[in-house]
Amino acid sequence: MDFSLYFDLPLWFRLVLQGTIVILVLFPLAAACSMAERKISAWIQGRPGPNRTIPPFLAWIPGINIIRNLGLFQLAADGGKFTFKEDPVPGNVNKFYFILAPILSMIPALSTISFVPFGAYFTTLADGTKHLVPIMLARTDLGLLAVFAVSSLGVYSLILAGWASNSKYPFLGGVRASAQLISYELSMTLSILPVFLWVNAPGGEGTLSLFDVVQTQSQPGFLGGMWYIFLMPVSAFVFLVALFAETNRQPFDMPESESDLVGGFHTEYGAFKWSLFFVAEYAHMIVGSGIFCLLFLGGWNPLPWVSLGSFINLAAGVLPCVASPLFMGVIGITFFLLKVGFFIFFFMWVRWTLPRFRYDQVMNLGWKKLLPISIANLIFYAVAIAVKDLCFPNL
Amino acid sequence: MSDTLFHLFAVLTVACALGVVLNKNAVASALCLLVCLTGIAGLFVLLDAFLLAVLTVFVYAGAVVALFLFIIMLLDMQGGNRKPFTKSSIVAGAAAAGLLCTGLYSFLVRGHIESPVLATTKVGGSSLRAYAELLFTTYLLPVQIVGFLLLIAMLGVIVLSKKFENLEDIK
Repeated sequence: MDFSLYFDLPLWFRLVLQGTIVILVLFPLAAACSMAERKISAWIQGRPGPNRTIPPFLAWIPGINIIRNLGLFQLAADGGKFTFKEDPVPGNVNKFYFILAPILSMIPALSTISFVPFGAYFTTLADGTKHLVPIMLARTDLGLLAVFAVSSLGVYSLILAGWASNSKYPFLGGVRASAQLISYELSMTLSILPVFLWVNAPGGEGTLSLFDVVQTQSQPGFLGGMWYIFLMPVSAFVFLVALFAETNRQPFDMPESESDLVGGFHTEYGAFKWSLFFVAEYAHMIVGSGIFCLLFLGGWNPLPWVSLGSFINLAAGVLPCVASPLFMGVIGITFFLLKVGFFIFFFMWVRWTLPRFRYDQVMNLGWKKLLPISIANLIFYAVAIAVKDLCFPNL
Repeated sequence: MSDTLFHLFAVLTVACALGVVLNKNAVASALCLLVCLTGIAGLFVLLDAFLLAVLTVFVYAGAVVALFLFIIMLLDMQGGNRKPFTKSSIVAGAAAAGLLCTGLYSFLVRGHIESPVLATTKVGGSSLRAYAELLFTTYLLPVQIVGFLLLIAMLGVIVLSKKFENLEDIK
């Protein structure tokens, strides 16, 4: 296929186009998660979930019941409601910050995705060798650090919403959010350090890039092809727990906590502004699941010890067209999205299974359990990797 | 392009720094500080010091200002009335401002940078390593001393804030 027309466009235009396309995928995906949440919660609780909504003028189409039973029209109705219903601003709020908060919640949620690679394809260099290129918006060596930096700004929308609402429950939600998110950021960052100790073997280039993490999980050999969830289960577990806390998902949704704070930081919000918080939470979840998959589940590699490259080579024996960069990219993204999808399911599964923690339990877990565990884990892997490099350099 | 961006970020940084000082509302001040730090991170990016930019956002904008806000909200500070200036504070303030202006002036007139600053080396692949190596070799002592100071500060906070009920037990 000829893409020269596209590559003739000016660079800034292409970048804007790429960013817009990614957001246009992420935003509806985050909205669709709300429907998935309803359906999965219904399934876990033995209910059918939303299955009645349908526009009357579409009801005559045969077979449309399948879409109706999936609740897709309910999703459309929800979207329409959030957009068009009256959006009252309570009288005693600090108006500027009250309106700023939901807007602010979207910025980190949608911009972290630019550092996340979601697939890879082979390009053939001039000398004929094949070279794996990631599909991502901003390729930087600081990959994960940049994601953490931008996503750490997400807490301000919660704090601001709680503070600007100028009433008691949102205020408590905002205070809780600021304390909780900082507490779990520590164990989150410490838990993934062993991964980068392993990736940055002595003598290699120093990198924090998520693409390189996936690359080191796609090497030949027993250790080379191993996903890090098998190599570093404790890291994966601590990271996952901290991810739940950072995305404010149950059992860690202290800032929201309906049972004791009414609605927490978004008690005073309604309609479109509220839906922005909602979509931001799901977008954080999607990006967080994506990072977990890249770090611990081999990213776009289909199976442990089977890298995308070898899978494509295998499949190209049956279907030669698979080897083209376009197909390979699509296949890589599909594998990646399947894993992310599973993790979004996992998030919901946990939410509808475990009861919410008390606030003191959240703080105890974060500071007295997860943090010591992640520090011990880091020391263990630092020693283990040093011993491995000294005694078995060829492993 | 980068000139325009520099002016944009510089104006943003200075304006927000002024906002931190002049705002009566403590929360608004903290938010100005947040935007100010983000502007500084932008300036670092323009200098190709990506690591510094990311760390500024991560540590200062992401965590420190959030803690400020947490404290402000926890203590429920209302800003309140400022104490009027006294004669001595006016004199001290003027002297400090004069010293600062002199310092800035001499820096602008005489200051020159001998060698490429470490901060401006590109963080591409191996120079992330260069940062780490310098931290563990040339700058090991300063890093250790700063770490020790932070440890002392932390211990001080614990001693000051914790209520020791049975002092006999500790002794």
